[in-house]
Amino acid sequence: MTFVRHFLSQYKSLLGLVILVTVVSIATPNFLEVANLLNVLRQTSINAIIAMGGTFVILTAGIDLSVGSVLALAGAFAASLIAAGQGLALTIPLALLTGLALGAVSGLVITFGAVQPFIATLVSLTVLRGALLVFSSGTPIDASSGPASDAFAALGDGYVLGLPIPVVVALVVFACCWVILTQTRFGRYVYAIGGNENVARLSGINVALIKTSVYAISGLLSALAGIILTARLQSAQPTAGQGYELDAIAAVVVGGTSLAGGIGGIAGTLVGALIIGVLNNALNLLDVSSYYQMIAKGSVILLAVLVDRQGRSN
Amino acid sequence: MTRRLLAMILAGVLVAASAGMAAAADKIALVISTLNNPFFVALSNGAKAKAKELGYDLVVLDSENDPAKELSNVEDVLDQNVKAVLLNPVDSDTAKAAIRAATLNQVPVLTLDRSAKGVKVASHIASDNVAGGVLAGNLIVQQLKGSGNVVELEGQPGTDAARERSQGFRQAIAAASGIKLVASQPANFDRTQGLNVMENLLQAHPDIDAVFAANDEMALGAIKAIKAAQSKILVVGFDGTPDGVAAVKSGALFATVAQQPTLIGSLGVETADKVIKGQTVPASIPVPLSVVTRASLGAGTP
Repeated sequence: MTFVRHFLSQYKSLLGLVILVTVVSIATPNFLEVANLLNVLRQTSINAIIAMGGTFVILTAGIDLSVGSVLALAGAFAASLIAAGQGLALTIPLALLTGLALGAVSGLVITFGAVQPFIATLVSLTVLRGALLVFSSGTPIDASSGPASDAFAALGDGYVLGLPIPVVVALVVFACCWVILTQTRFGRYVYAIGGNENVARLSGINVALIKTSVYAISGLLSALAGIILTARLQSAQPTAGQGYELDAIAAVVVGGTSLAGGIGGIAGTLVGALIIGVLNNALNLLDVSSYYQMIAKGSVILLAVLVDRQGRSN
Repeated sequence: MTRRLLAMILAGVLVAASAGMAAAADKIALVISTLNNPFFVALSNGAKAKAKELGYDLVVLDSENDPAKELSNVEDVLDQNVKAVLLNPVDSDTAKAAIRAATLNQVPVLTLDRSAKGVKVASHIASDNVAGGVLAGNLIVQQLKGSGNVVELEGQPGTDAARERSQGFRQAIAAASGIKLVASQPANFDRTQGLNVMENLLQAHPDIDAVFAANDEMALGAIKAIKAAQSKILVVGFDGTPDGVAAVKSGALFATVAQQPTLIGSLGVETADKVIKGQTVPASIPVPLSVVTRASLGAGTP
């Protein structure tokens, strides 16, 4: 029942996605081809994974600007482990753990240091990017050599049950996040904190623990996205992930989650990420000139948010 | 007698001290757009090496692709009494303020790799991006024997490099009537975007014969997409970064138009030295580009 209600509350953004897909399909016949749709899904999966982590954070009325830097750092770490001859069994957990730890540090700074999430994660964004530059000396780290490099590359290029692996991973993450947010006490507490943090604290919810956890989750999922991106390129760029926080936040907001916290959900974020992914794909298919692309993207996002706001106030 | 001796010793010490102070190195500053890119890292290293050789103390500041940061970097180095500023502008239109600040302080400015519009500098040292684009275009026309469909992956909209390389490329292919530019999309000099955009373009245009990417990073991303689609498409990149050259050697990338960033940095310091010493220098110093192919690397045919 909750799933249906969630879906109905997100239906405005879903409607937006359907309209966008219809318009694009009419404008170019190439869009609805299976290969293209799989491309869109694969390209969207990175942003979707990051945005799902971001949903937890934004639901608590927080924000995580450091996702791009965590993505890049975890990816670079994974690439160097692969190049050094390590197997996937060691590389993936270590890279994920890095993201989890970095996210937790942001969370601790925010809860115990009482630093505004915007500032704390902005600092992480800068410091971690700097750390990555030092670690990589500003040059890409190659992940195409080493015994596990083919298996690693398969994470980005491979297929499972006819779907690209990044898409499968995104769907699994979606399922887990949805269960956590809607079926567990933890999820309920996340919403409660976003609704009114003081009331939540007074009702006995361990706000510090929950808040730290959501940033840890955001870090973990950013690291996962970083691993997949690095696998897809077989290389970790020092510039990877720059600006990804904006696309992730846009996906969350377009999907119906409020930046003020307490309202929204994972399903909306997935729809939001798809809207952005479809848009990026359409701009290329339609050969829209580079100078107009940013205007087009910004306008569609604004439109999607306005439509959603209309729906909510009714 | 003792007083004279003392005076002589004091004079001697003073002469030695002032000689010691004069031997302290002169400072030059390199304000670079970003160190987040192997091209600029190489430029900076070239400058550092030359500075060491000529006996200058080189201060390197990173503008992080932000014109405001660039302005404050220049103001900071002017406080440090530098003898010259080597500026690699973040954006050709916004460097005016920084350069004016330096000129007001009588510190000569030389621009590296990107020019500054609307203001005069002591010298401009850069690769000729238009000529590079022409080289790439001609190479593709030659390889396709004058007819075929080509796609262009553009760099970051608004930058000189993107604009000029595209200009040169289009100039070259316009001359060949059988070559059709079926699509031209920006991938912002980024490898991931090169991959995603190429994937999308392969969907829209199933019959692409060649791709020109305005830098090696985008070219390498495009190559991944082409490999996944199991197509055979000729790819030409730009920059000659280590990863790009490695890809040419392995046969994945057909060619790259190599800039010589180390030489740009080195020439920058050399020219600054001449300006500081009061010698005349040319207003613009074009740094030669070269096309890197498997043949030119001596690697033989794949």
